[in-house]
Amino acid sequence: MTAETWAIARFTVLMAFTATLLVLPPAIATGWVLARKRFPGKALFETVVSLPLVLPPVASGLVLLWLFGRRGPLGRALDAIGIEVVFTWKAVVIAMMVISFPLVARSVRAGIEQVDQRYEGIAATLGAGSFRILTAVTLPLAMRGIIAGAILGFSRALGEFGATIMVAGAIPGRTQTLAVGIYTLVETGREELAWGLVLIAALLAFAAIYLSNWVSRSAT
Amino acid sequence: MLHLILALALAQPVRLVVSVAASMHDALVEIAEQYKTAAGITIDLNTGGSNTLARQIVEGAPADLFLSADDLQMDVAAKADRLVPGTRVHLVTNELVVIVPADSTRRLVSPVDLAGPAVARLAMGEPSSVPAGVYGRKWLERLNLWTMVSPKVVPFPTVLAALSAVDAGRVDAGIVYRTDAIARPQVKVAIAVPAAANPDVAVVYPAAVIRGAHEPAARAFLAYLQGPQARAVFARKGFGLP
Repeated sequence: MTAETWAIARFTVLMAFTATLLVLPPAIATGWVLARKRFPGKALFETVVSLPLVLPPVASGLVLLWLFGRRGPLGRALDAIGIEVVFTWKAVVIAMMVISFPLVARSVRAGIEQVDQRYEGIAATLGAGSFRILTAVTLPLAMRGIIAGAILGFSRALGEFGATIMVAGAIPGRTQTLAVGIYTLVETGREELAWGLVLIAALLAFAAIYLSNWVSRSAT
Repeated sequence: MLHLILALALAQPVRLVVSVAASMHDALVEIAEQYKTAAGITIDLNTGGSNTLARQIVEGAPADLFLSADDLQMDVAAKADRLVPGTRVHLVTNELVVIVPADSTRRLVSPVDLAGPAVARLAMGEPSSVPAGVYGRKWLERLNLWTMVSPKVVPFPTVLAALSAVDAGRVDAGIVYRTDAIARPQVKVAIAVPAAANPDVAVVYPAAVIRGAHEPAARAFLAYLQGPQARAVFARKGFGLP
């Protein structure tokens, strides 16, 4: 295990953690909408939300590369205010967010669907507004789904490869994550370093699975 | 029984797998088509960074002919005893160039500018293994610019990927081969690195037959690659002929 492998591991955990924090609010909102709201086009919305789960990650990555590239619609606007995304750590976070979003949203949705709607009804009769019902009743009762979703999303973000290598590249010390690092180290003939990363990835996976099992057990 | 299997196997038209350096891909597509018409043999191209191809060959991938973009990667295959002795030749040559998007207004006229503010991100083949990246790094090392330029480098698995990044305007500049720049009107050459003045980074493409079942057919195609029809294609694509 070298300083380089530890630096890659630290960077990846930091990026995955950031991505998970940033993805939670929109994923919770989406999960809630899918669990509690009915509206025309809901099936379509549901499909679009789940798309990155089924689409090959490199395909999502290419879409992101186009969107955030200097000539892409978002990239052009960001470039105008001096923000560069492509081939930077920001691209790593965005790739991780997009890929883990459906997992988190689906888990949140399942958590909210398990909340008995009578509690929400009681809160309403006691005079609580819909935002207060959400924050004081629904979300706390759905916490298991939210935490499970966060762990799931974090784990998925840790292993993200396809979208990341497309939109963030594999710049050593800047955008190189665990999964991308394993690939590029083998590709550049430094397989022995790659094994160090495999070991770290295995430890992280073990911890994530253990934690998620512990969460689901302790809540029952 | 064995004879029957052998006869059936021989009755199948030979298909050759040629592992070809990414920068040679376009030329080989054309030559392979010619060869199919001329000799009736189908060439399947396995395109990639020469380092990737060399590794595949060392691991026993079914390649019949290896066209590498540098001697380093051919040596990798040679060390693993995968080459048919006596078949290694230098096929064509190329030169490094620094390219920018065709619409770029950045001032980039000398190698020193790569270290300056005109370039924030520079696309290259991965500088420790992909031939175009290795040549580029050696060039910048000799000019004592590498330590300043390397933090800006965005490494790619093949030179063509680096070319595309410049083409699409995702980076400010890139180090590729002259032939790549010729093939893409969306990029323009900012700095040329002529081989005559920079013999240490003169790009040569070695070719060799890989041990296996198709050695005679692979030898024949290698001979064709050195013949007048193939050389005409290489020349038209901008390759130098040794």
